[in-house]
Amino acid sequence: MANTTSTPVSADSNLTARALREGFYAGLISLGLFVLFVGLKTDQNILNELILVQRWGLLAIFVAVAAVGRFAMVAYIRPFMERQKVTNLVTGLLPDSVATRFFKLPVFIAAAVIGLGLMIFGGTISASISPTAGAYLSLIRGAAVVYTLASVFFYFRAYIVANFSMLAIIALILYPPVILALTGVQGSLKWVDNFGVQILIYVMLAWGLNIVVGLAGLLDLGYVAFYAVGAYSYALLSSYFGLSFWILLPLAGILAAFWGMILGFPVLRLKGDYLAIVTLAFGEIIRLVLINWTEVTKGTFGVSGIPKATLFGIKFDASKDGFAALMGLPMSSAYYKIFLFYLILALALLTAFVSIRLRRMPIGRAWEALREDEIACRSLGINTVTTKLTAFSIGAMFGGFAGSFFAVRQGFVSPESFVFLESAIILAIVVLGGMGSLVGIAVAAAVMIGGTELLREMSLLKQIFGEDFTPELYRMLLFGIAMIVVMVWKPRGFVGSREPTAFLRERKSVSGSFTKEGHG
Amino acid sequence: MSDMLLQVKAVETYYGNIRALGGVDVEVNKGEIVCMIGANGAGKSTLMMTICGSPQARTGSVTFDGQDITHMPTHEIARLRIAQSPEGRRIFPRMTVYENLQMGASLDNLKYFNEDVEKIFTLFPRLKERQAQRGGTLSGGEQQMLSIGRALMARPKLLLLDEPSLGLAPLIVKQIFAAIKVLNKEQGLTVFLVEQNAFAALKLSDRGYVMVNGKVTMSGSGKELLANPEVRAAYLEGGHH
Ligand SMILES: Nc1ncnc2c1ncn2[C@@H]1O[C@H](COP(=O)(O)OP(=O)(O)OP(=O)(O)O)[C@@H](O)[C@H]1O
Ligand SMILES: [Mg+2]
Repeated sequence: MANTTSTPVSADSNLTARALREGFYAGLISLGLFVLFVGLKTDQNILNELILVQRWGLLAIFVAVAAVGRFAMVAYIRPFMERQKVTNLVTGLLPDSVATRFFKLPVFIAAAVIGLGLMIFGGTISASISPTAGAYLSLIRGAAVVYTLASVFFYFRAYIVANFSMLAIIALILYPPVILALTGVQGSLKWVDNFGVQILIYVMLAWGLNIVVGLAGLLDLGYVAFYAVGAYSYALLSSYFGLSFWILLPLAGILAAFWGMILGFPVLRLKGDYLAIVTLAFGEIIRLVLINWTEVTKGTFGVSGIPKATLFGIKFDASKDGFAALMGLPMSSAYYKIFLFYLILALALLTAFVSIRLRRMPIGRAWEALREDEIACRSLGINTVTTKLTAFSIGAMFGGFAGSFFAVRQGFVSPESFVFLESAIILAIVVLGGMGSLVGIAVAAAVMIGGTELLREMSLLKQIFGEDFTPELYRMLLFGIAMIVVMVWKPRGFVGSREPTAFLRERKSVSGSFTKEGHG
Repeated sequence: MSDMLLQVKAVETYYGNIRALGGVDVEVNKGEIVCMIGANGAGKSTLMMTICGSPQARTGSVTFDGQDITHMPTHEIARLRIAQSPEGRRIFPRMTVYENLQMGASLDNLKYFNEDVEKIFTLFPRLKERQAQRGGTLSGGEQQMLSIGRALMARPKLLLLDEPSLGLAPLIVKQIFAAIKVLNKEQGLTVFLVEQNAFAALKLSDRGYVMVNGKVTMSGSGKELLANPEVRAAYLEGGHH
């Protein structure tokens, strides 16, 4: 960019030429990459013969996105970023940041009005227009809502960042009633269950795994095994012995913790990649046992008809003394979902509370020290055996809690829910969030799981890419992109810096400035 | 002063089939500063680690305060209050200076923590300035101070130091050795250190040993060894005077 200042005109045309060239290459590369993955697809026809389906239109879109994206990056975005770093000659100030330019009050008001208007009247409007237009309408509504929320976040960012945990908890507690008010009883199902409960399960699982991976530094690729142990403990014990959820929840946690110990013993001497491989195998063993021990687990058919949880003995069913009848409400499964939402919220908060407390106690400090240097730990009198075993078993316990919750929510468990991919997703969330940071992990879970759920909602994409485009299938792509972006932009995850657990009371203001750490 | 605190007797230590120590005898009495000098690869660090039980001696015995610790696990040995500042310092890089010191004190469950931390900060004022900084971002000398400070937080009966002067400026070496002397004089702390910097170490120590190829070849008071022509030729000439 050194020559841009001297001869602006020729530099400009140079830049465009370069952007065109790079855009062309990007298109070419993506053509090469995607021609077999996207352009051609194997399928079965009616006669069960394997045929090749050609999807040149879709391929063209992929290539065009890559080419145009690269062109825009080189021609506009990069020069813009460079200009952002140059101070104004007259005022001596840096230009307004992108965010301040993007979030303007009039636009905020317009977006709020549009979002609210479409939320209230959207249903009536979309009934009278074509489905394509309806899809675009819901896209506009979504964008307006996101913009409004983002602006609010931007204006109050200092306050929000300072009180994030408290605000997040309040928002989560208010979430079901607000959704209920906005979308009605039936409409709330999707938002409370698919988004709320689903995200919170992963938040809890990731927080549980964080104890093992983030705090104790033991790379565990088989965490889903404990989730499975918890789920099957509840499913089997409730269907064979008729025990209630509230008895089985702690029991599932204890059983999972026990299995955590069992895993812990053989891997005590292992570290890093070796440990990862053994834990991976452990996860697969548990899954294979669930598949093959058919007399007890019913194998791949899974256990169904798992009883629901009750609230102080009140059932969530249509009976006379069910929840809806007692409250004088019309019967709806939405109330059970809302109950489940609060249940998983409480369980997740318990996980967070316990991790925060443990981090400040000797055992938590020992975990963190173990992650840093095992030999030093031993020479300081820390029993690394018990330290590792407690990390495994406490992490596993929370996995077990989450598992029994999963079983009670689904009413059905099968080995298919506990594949390696689940472990990988949970681990990805922990890494993306910044190992050890509860807030970062919660944000990562919300973005990743919420994002994949949103993909399911994107009927608009179907309108663009054609009926056979299934957005859900691209959720791993979303994960991959998010991993790459975060790791390039923040190699330590969303919240990369470790929060110290202890300070000298008369802490000096200077010393704080030393705690900043560079990337890398 | 013949009150024996540590006795290493005919210890042989192996790494797999490789013998690193071939029958080492070392004694450290209460209140003494004893040093071990020797060339690279002589087995000095191995001796330190053998005292701490990782790796454990294959033959021979290590006795501490009348108790046989040869086959004890490392963390239990540490609980007998043998504190170590190991080779390579091994501080916790992502923890702050303050937290590192806290880890050192975990044996007493932080009973004397505030009191001891103040002592460490008077001994190494640098650490006080840097207490909220991450261990990994300290300079080499500061890390060495932290490593020693962390070992001292355990209120040790015996302090093991593996090359406290490694990679440090002469001035800092002087400071650290002065600090060791103070601890020894004022609190009666027993110190066993391993050093490459033979001149400074022998000057500081009451007694010294020389190790060659996993065997102790010479021993005597610090002064004697300093004056010994063989020691001078092998470890001192061309070095400090
Ligand atoms: N973990 C190990 N596995 C195999 N051999 C080892 C191991 N650690 C040390 N050795 C070998 O044991 C011998 C003694 O090593 P040691 O580290 O005790 O030497 P040192 O006297 O401390 O040397 P320096 O002054 O360089 O630190 C060396 O030959 C070394 O290669
Ligand atoms: Mg050494």
